[in-house]
Amino acid sequence: MTSAPVLEARGLTRRFTGVLALSGVDFRLFAGEVHAVMGQNGAGKSTLIKLLTGVYPADAGELRLGGVPVHPTSPAAAQRLGISTVYQEVNLCPNLSVAENIFAGRYPRKGAAGLWRIDWQRMHVQARALLARLNLEIDVTRLLASYPVAVQQMVAIARALSVEAKVLILDEPTSSLDEEEVNRLFGVLRQLRSDGMAILFVTHFFEQMYAISDRITVLRNGELVGEYLKADLPPAALITAMVGRELSAAVGRNDNPEIAAGAPLLEARGFGRRGQLQPLDLTLRRGEVVGVGGLLGSGRTELARLLFGLERCDSGSLFIEGQPVRFDNPVQAIRQGLALCPEERKHDGIVAELSVRENIVLALQARLGLWRYLSRARQQEIADRFVHALSIKTADIETPIALLSGGNQQKAVLARWLATEPRLLILDEPTRGIDVAAKQEVMNQILVLARSGLAVLFISSEMDEVVRVSDRIVVLRDRAKVGELPGNSSEQAVYHLIASGT
Amino acid sequence: MKTARIDSRYVPLLGTIAVFLLTAGYGSFAYPSFFSAQVFLNLLIDNAFLCIVGVGMTFVILSGGIDLSVGSVIALTTMVSAALVEQQHWSAAQAIPLVLVLGAGFGALMGWLIQRFKLQPFIVTLAGMFLARGLCYLISIDSISITDSAYTSIAQARLPLWSDGASITVGALLALAVLAFGIWLAHATEFGRTVYAIGGSEASALLMGLPVARTTVLVYTFSGLCSALAGVVFTFYMLSGYGLHAVGLELDAIAAVVIGGTLLSGGVGYVFGTLFGVLILGIIQTLIAFDGSLSSWWTRIVIGALLLVFCLLQRAFESRR
Amino acid sequence: MLQTLLRHRLLWPSITLLLLLAVNAAFNPGFWQLQWRDGHLYGSVIDILNRAAPLALVAMGMTLVIATRGIDISVGAVVAIAAAVAALMIGGELVVKDGVQTHVSRFPMGLAIAAALAVAAFCGLWNGLLVARVGMQPIIATLILMVAGRGIAQLLTGGQIITVYYAPFFYLGNGFLLGLPFAVFIAAAVWLVLHLLMTRTALGLFIQAIGINPAAARLAGLQERLITVCVYVFCGLAAGVAGLVISSNVKSADGNNAGMLMELDAILAVTLGGTALTGGRFSLAGSVLGALIIQTLTSTIYSIGVPPEINMVVKAAVVFVVMLLQSAEFRAALRGWVVRSGNQRS
Repeated sequence: MTSAPVLEARGLTRRFTGVLALSGVDFRLFAGEVHAVMGQNGAGKSTLIKLLTGVYPADAGELRLGGVPVHPTSPAAAQRLGISTVYQEVNLCPNLSVAENIFAGRYPRKGAAGLWRIDWQRMHVQARALLARLNLEIDVTRLLASYPVAVQQMVAIARALSVEAKVLILDEPTSSLDEEEVNRLFGVLRQLRSDGMAILFVTHFFEQMYAISDRITVLRNGELVGEYLKADLPPAALITAMVGRELSAAVGRNDNPEIAAGAPLLEARGFGRRGQLQPLDLTLRRGEVVGVGGLLGSGRTELARLLFGLERCDSGSLFIEGQPVRFDNPVQAIRQGLALCPEERKHDGIVAELSVRENIVLALQARLGLWRYLSRARQQEIADRFVHALSIKTADIETPIALLSGGNQQKAVLARWLATEPRLLILDEPTRGIDVAAKQEVMNQILVLARSGLAVLFISSEMDEVVRVSDRIVVLRDRAKVGELPGNSSEQAVYHLIASGT
Repeated sequence: MKTARIDSRYVPLLGTIAVFLLTAGYGSFAYPSFFSAQVFLNLLIDNAFLCIVGVGMTFVILSGGIDLSVGSVIALTTMVSAALVEQQHWSAAQAIPLVLVLGAGFGALMGWLIQRFKLQPFIVTLAGMFLARGLCYLISIDSISITDSAYTSIAQARLPLWSDGASITVGALLALAVLAFGIWLAHATEFGRTVYAIGGSEASALLMGLPVARTTVLVYTFSGLCSALAGVVFTFYMLSGYGLHAVGLELDAIAAVVIGGTLLSGGVGYVFGTLFGVLILGIIQTLIAFDGSLSSWWTRIVIGALLLVFCLLQRAFESRR
Repeated sequence: MLQTLLRHRLLWPSITLLLLLAVNAAFNPGFWQLQWRDGHLYGSVIDILNRAAPLALVAMGMTLVIATRGIDISVGAVVAIAAAVAALMIGGELVVKDGVQTHVSRFPMGLAIAAALAVAAFCGLWNGLLVARVGMQPIIATLILMVAGRGIAQLLTGGQIITVYYAPFFYLGNGFLLGLPFAVFIAAAVWLVLHLLMTRTALGLFIQAIGINPAAARLAGLQERLITVCVYVFCGLAAGVAGLVISSNVKSADGNNAGMLMELDAILAVTLGGTALTGGRFSLAGSVLGALIIQTLTSTIYSIGVPPEINMVVKAAVVFVVMLLQSAEFRAALRGWVVRSGNQRS
């Protein structure tokens, strides 16, 4: 293909307060190629991007651009070196015009005394020319915000071209695009590729990745698994590389799944939200554990948030015990007996400076309201009960929750929801960052709860857990439901469904 | 058929101009002596210092910040000028450049604190407000009258405009000059465009490699400079230095900027709009004075109501986008 | 025991207060003297307590607002409005009753006080709705009332200072109970009520949760809008009570100047008391201490013989220092400087 890589990294390492995010990763980016980076949560993809684009410095390893060692210390520096990035949220200024966004910081100037005066005329002409290279003809004087995300991305790419970038990095560019827009973007990328640009493409979407990439690098747990040519890595092999274990062909322990009888507790029909989740059907019964299997970005958390009322669905309907409901906010969902243990513990879960006790009773108190205040004694009793039941390791219940380890924080958040005695518990990655023994405890607790009549929706990237504990498995891929499998399916079966999409 | 569509970004500005024309029209209709050149010129003359401060404040608000110290810096400027000229016998030509540097330096200090330590602008400039006024009182508790000939002659100077006796003051001319400079700065220089970018999305501006830190400090420096210049004009107007000058002016300045169509969240707005914001505030005051039956504090209430209306419109505008 | 004492939130405010009191006493030998005159205690300390009461009231209301990551700069205007309403409704005419000249109020005093408080609460409701329902930034929403409210106060008083001629009303700001100024009891009562509300109902927990992590609070099912509105109503009410105390104290209502710049002192008191401007954990007692500190500061400056105008400069300096200390970037930079200078030395 080509001789030397345009961008080459060797032994890149980066540590964040004790966590090794990236460890000795090698990476090569060639001109005239689209190179995809794949990996699960915590694999190190975003860290790699941030190191390449100068957001963080590397703790070890070297970076070479065109054979020359470089050390970008800021996004601006990386830009000057010729590494341009288009982010998922299109980090441009929506209140400026298209032309301005392309040339911000490097305006064409005019005027003798004014090395200061911006030459708007020339800027507009040049902007139009750049966009023409991308087959886009728009009014460059209009505000960026007046164009859809797909066009805004093109503007971001045009900005990269204007700095004569050698490397173009696209971080999750297709998350908010529809099919037609994706095709248009890929057309542009193919053209840039044939012009000799080196393109780094990060995505969760399998199909798209296979459609556009030439080369694939797989990361896992901060380490390099391997660099492959697309033809050498079919989906099944890719999944194995990403997940990293010999996928168990063993049948799930739950080999006599209780097919719970009776009317469904929750029923969702055609339930979805544009841009986040394709309309799907879902049923949950009392005493049932329904697992949600899928890779990162497949829409699992979006499903949880939609069910709980954090986002509003714009299609389909929801029924609780046969009665139609509509959740516009969590308060309504909680009143119907739902509970959501969120994925982002630090952001959406713990209230850092409050004590363990206060965190545990928070949701219950919220449901009781202002006036029915749980007495201190009652709060302590509840907190102690759950600290004991879930084996939460804390000096005492008055310790600020921020001081607990991640796993114990997670248990406390779980305790918070269990304290509300819900009918339906949605668990989004409840075992993330928890040690093995604790994981086991949580899993057992889930089973106990289900057997006592609770309906559980269990989302986890640890497929072996999903398979082990679920009565049924809903499989998601690329923000859509691709099917359901019985609880005694094997991991292989689930991944097969994901890979094949049928 | 192509219908001419007004670019949505000009709508707030056009709204402000419409309000101004409406009130001017109402005034001319209700009071016969209202519709005269001098009355309109007086709007600018009496509010020249507000206009100058407004230009500086526009930039601060465009960048997503706020500056509550402007009134106090004006007072400090008057006090320092008065003390230097009357007590230390400096000439106007010596005192004026010094106070301008002082004002700019004050703004630069606040801007540096805000940018370097990620402090909230409103609390930093609030403390700055305290500090400036306190420094005023340190120099003198009572007011110091200015009798220096340079100041009095400038204060009395009138540039005749056309035959029927309409004239304009030095202050008003300065205001127009600063306004023109502000418009140029906002549209033709990298500094101005970076201010807009920061107000639109500071995170994006950083990722785009724009000089965010430097621009933030410069924005507050410019505001301080404008405050000092407005203070100089105020000194001509009042011919005294006093710690109680321009109390509450920062609120008038913010009101003028908001009514002028600049969004408080930053990134959207025009310096030109601030001129109309100032003129509207002036017209309200004039209308109330003309009416005679309404007490002058209705001004505060009407300004508050106008501010509310414009803020609500801004919220509606933002939520629709 | 010593550990808990050292880590207590009120430690630094208390130390600051004691320091200031010590400085004051050093320059003013008769500082700690208390005399019993005219049926009540008399002395510099009593003075400080009395004058700090209105500020303490406003600071307590402000504490709750700041705890939810908000701010209320209209409190000064609300103070003026409440004072004006009360003064207008009481007024006080001289009539002859049973051959004795007595003052009679226009409306029953209880009604006047209730009306003033209702208006103040309504102002708070106004602010709360703008912030919670319309979604305006707190500084701007309260800025509107700050501007317009001052005008309303002036409108009510007609730009004049309305004098109140009604002895029972003076008791609020000038009376003494058990030898101590009644205003102190009012402040203490309000503190008690708020404290009970915060600790005996879920309100304290909810306010802190919203301030620390609004996203998590929302997810946990808290009704942030309702709580936000409540908090601004309390702030308005507290300002109203302060307005009553102030107008009672000076026996008049001044629409132009009552409560002027009080919002700044209140914010300062809250920050000195240990509540961070970024919201979250708060301390009502800390804010009361903060108010005492500010009042003692004023008194100290006076007793040292420094011109009182330096007050503002000192307050500005204090705000700067507290602000910087609360900034994570500053603490990190400070650590860096300390480490570097340590390295240089060794």
